[in-house]
Amino acid sequence: MCLTCGCGTNDVFIRGKQARGASTAAAPMRIHLDAATQGEASRIIKLEQDILAKNDGFADKNRSLFSANGILALNLVSSPGSGKTTLLVKTLEALKGKVPLAVIEGDQQTDNDAERIRATGVEAIQINTGKGCHLDAQMVERSLPQMSLHKQGMLFIENVGNLVCPAAFDLGEAAKVVVLSVTEGEDKPLKYPDMFKAAKLMLLNKCDLLPYLTFDVARAEEYARRVNPDIQIFRISATSGEGMPAWLEWLRLKHITINSLPPQAGEGAGMRGVGYIQPVA
Amino acid sequence: MHEMSLAENVREIIEDASRKQHFQRVKTVWLEVGKLSCVEQEAMRFCFESVMKDTIAEGATLEIVETEGQGRCTQCGNEMQISTLYEACSKCGSYGLQVIAGDAMRVKELEVA
Repeated sequence: MCLTCGCGTNDVFIRGKQARGASTAAAPMRIHLDAATQGEASRIIKLEQDILAKNDGFADKNRSLFSANGILALNLVSSPGSGKTTLLVKTLEALKGKVPLAVIEGDQQTDNDAERIRATGVEAIQINTGKGCHLDAQMVERSLPQMSLHKQGMLFIENVGNLVCPAAFDLGEAAKVVVLSVTEGEDKPLKYPDMFKAAKLMLLNKCDLLPYLTFDVARAEEYARRVNPDIQIFRISATSGEGMPAWLEWLRLKHITINSLPPQAGEGAGMRGVGYIQPVA
Repeated sequence: MHEMSLAENVREIIEDASRKQHFQRVKTVWLEVGKLSCVEQEAMRFCFESVMKDTIAEGATLEIVETEGQGRCTQCGNEMQISTLYEACSKCGSYGLQVIAGDAMRVKELEVA
């Protein structure tokens, strides 16, 4: 188990079924010390391999699938309790009927968030990471065939509530959207800079509570821009609805951009085998 | 942070290499870890040891080669050593330095038998 946050990587469940872990992963190669290797001279092997290369490979695969099908995929990240799921529910309610929607929910345990999403009528698949502290690209890749993704749709991936680990793992999304709520500290962008650096958009949530708090909005935004000068910021409240139009407009424009990208060479041919992506009626 | 899964990736890289380059035992693993990468070295050492248990790299020495962070100012082009992602340019004071080195995490070399 990881010392910093207690993470581990065994036992991933997608829709309650084990997708990775003790019974599904390739067993680690056992020590194999036969007589032939005893006393053999050692040699140096140069590798220079990126530790995240495997994840990035799956992320590229996901991204090609999304872009070839005009799907806007977003990775929602935040600390626990920032209001990601409420934001998502309100967003889905606003977009329902206008564009095909789907959600992947990541949590260590329980199906609670997926249930909240399904109550809006939108399909949601729950990935339980067990002891894992983040979603990775392979988990997303494995869950995609279990959903009915529609061309020209939007896929929201709600990551495990954690401002640290999900920063390093590309899932193939068009953008990471970081949610920071005003009930947290305004210095979170400096405390967790990797995440704010990785995000394209920051949603400052629960702004309806500002009159009751000492949260310094200008300072929080300045800190976020120190880490990432290009980050876009909207002040919103998923509960009261304030600022939501700006977020919905951002989504609309991103969706248009994804759909106006010409398919990359070879993508069209590769996509024919993907039967589960259904055309919009 | 996610050092556990990073250590698992290191194990897979080592096992791939052992199949291709035919070795049965790993004595030393050199990891390059940039100061600006998301790796906490102590956590990595702890996870490395537990992940390598019962593998060809059990008991291997982990050597972490730390590389300095380098940033380039997007305003004035100044290049400087940095240790955080939110430092200001040492010349003009602007924020938003582009990271040009020190964010890598790589398996550099193995000593094998």
